[in-house]
Amino acid sequence: MSFDDAYDALTDHDDDTRWAYGTGFADPLAGVATEVPDGVDRTDLMTYCLMLGDDALVMSHRLQQWVTRAPELEDELALANIGLDLLGQARLLLTRAAEVEAAGRDEDTLAYLRGPAEFRNVRLAERADDDFAHLVARLFVFATWRLALLDRLAASRDPVLAAVGAKGVKEVTYHRDYAAGWVVRLGDGTALSHDRMRAALDAVAPLTDELFQPHEIELRLAAAGVAVDPSTLRPEFDDILTQVREAASLPAPTHQPASTSGSGRDGHHGAELGEILVEMQELARATPGGVW
Amino acid sequence: MSDEIRHEWPLFEVFVRAKRGLNHVHVGSLRAADHEMALHHARDLYTRRNEGVSIWVVRSDDVVSSGPADKDAFFAPSGDKAYRHPTYYAIPDSVPHI
Repeated sequence: MSFDDAYDALTDHDDDTRWAYGTGFADPLAGVATEVPDGVDRTDLMTYCLMLGDDALVMSHRLQQWVTRAPELEDELALANIGLDLLGQARLLLTRAAEVEAAGRDEDTLAYLRGPAEFRNVRLAERADDDFAHLVARLFVFATWRLALLDRLAASRDPVLAAVGAKGVKEVTYHRDYAAGWVVRLGDGTALSHDRMRAALDAVAPLTDELFQPHEIELRLAAAGVAVDPSTLRPEFDDILTQVREAASLPAPTHQPASTSGSGRDGHHGAELGEILVEMQELARATPGGVW
Repeated sequence: MSDEIRHEWPLFEVFVRAKRGLNHVHVGSLRAADHEMALHHARDLYTRRNEGVSIWVVRSDDVVSSGPADKDAFFAPSGDKAYRHPTYYAIPDSVPHI
């Protein structure tokens, strides 16, 4: 230890990666092997990456729509941060999908040049929010489910999915905390906020079952140790939902079965996804190959 | 549950420690319903670019500050007392490590 600077030992010298001290960003997938594990069907893996990537991409777009519309500036930034986290996850997963497909597409072509029937997201992600309570309910359900999923995905045999899972757990833990905090505040707030939070949870409930219905691709890949069978996530999800609901003095949602037929995982979507894609893809389709 | 609806959240001051070994530094203020929300908002507003490893939030109401009117009485008297600086004194050659 140097006698010239008594503070020398206290400070970290190896972390100039933070913006305030430099711009050396860490690539989250740096050093991660990209080969496809043995015995895994490439089309299955590509489609699975699209499923998880589209969930994040579409949810991120819905969150971006809250920017300039949130009730408080501070919450607006929180929602933008969460949207950006999910956009980052979507980029990694769509990049992986394109790489596994090996047909000359990339993350941008997958995001901007596919039609609604080619999107594999769950319908919960595309649903429009009637008010802030609806957003909070949807984000809470989405984050609770996705956190349980990413947590298990971190043990995937596919090195990229495992890395995406490990990175995403830290992000989505915060998303769940944020949303759960608002469920409790609104549920346990005034009579008005309680009623609206309760109505929001009721509105989201019919979209919840789809999250846990395993697709045949998920089951095949889960058997190969690559994917997560979403039906295994239900006990953890229900447990957390009950805990937060009780802290918020909210009753169990009155459960109606999903009113729509077909799964988002197979490309069956409502008109809402079409509206999102029109907005999201307009510029990319109007100026093919445009760079700015 | 309460039936009281308040239309404005109180103001909080935010202090961020950039890295271990440095002091928390005042970085700005924000509005939040309570301390817990203030901490979350501070994380979302002031550490987005990896600026911090620790955050303090304090209700602005709880900060007691000197006013501009006190400036002369508080600070002017120290302006001409150079002997309060260590550099005012010559260091003997026999004192090492300074």
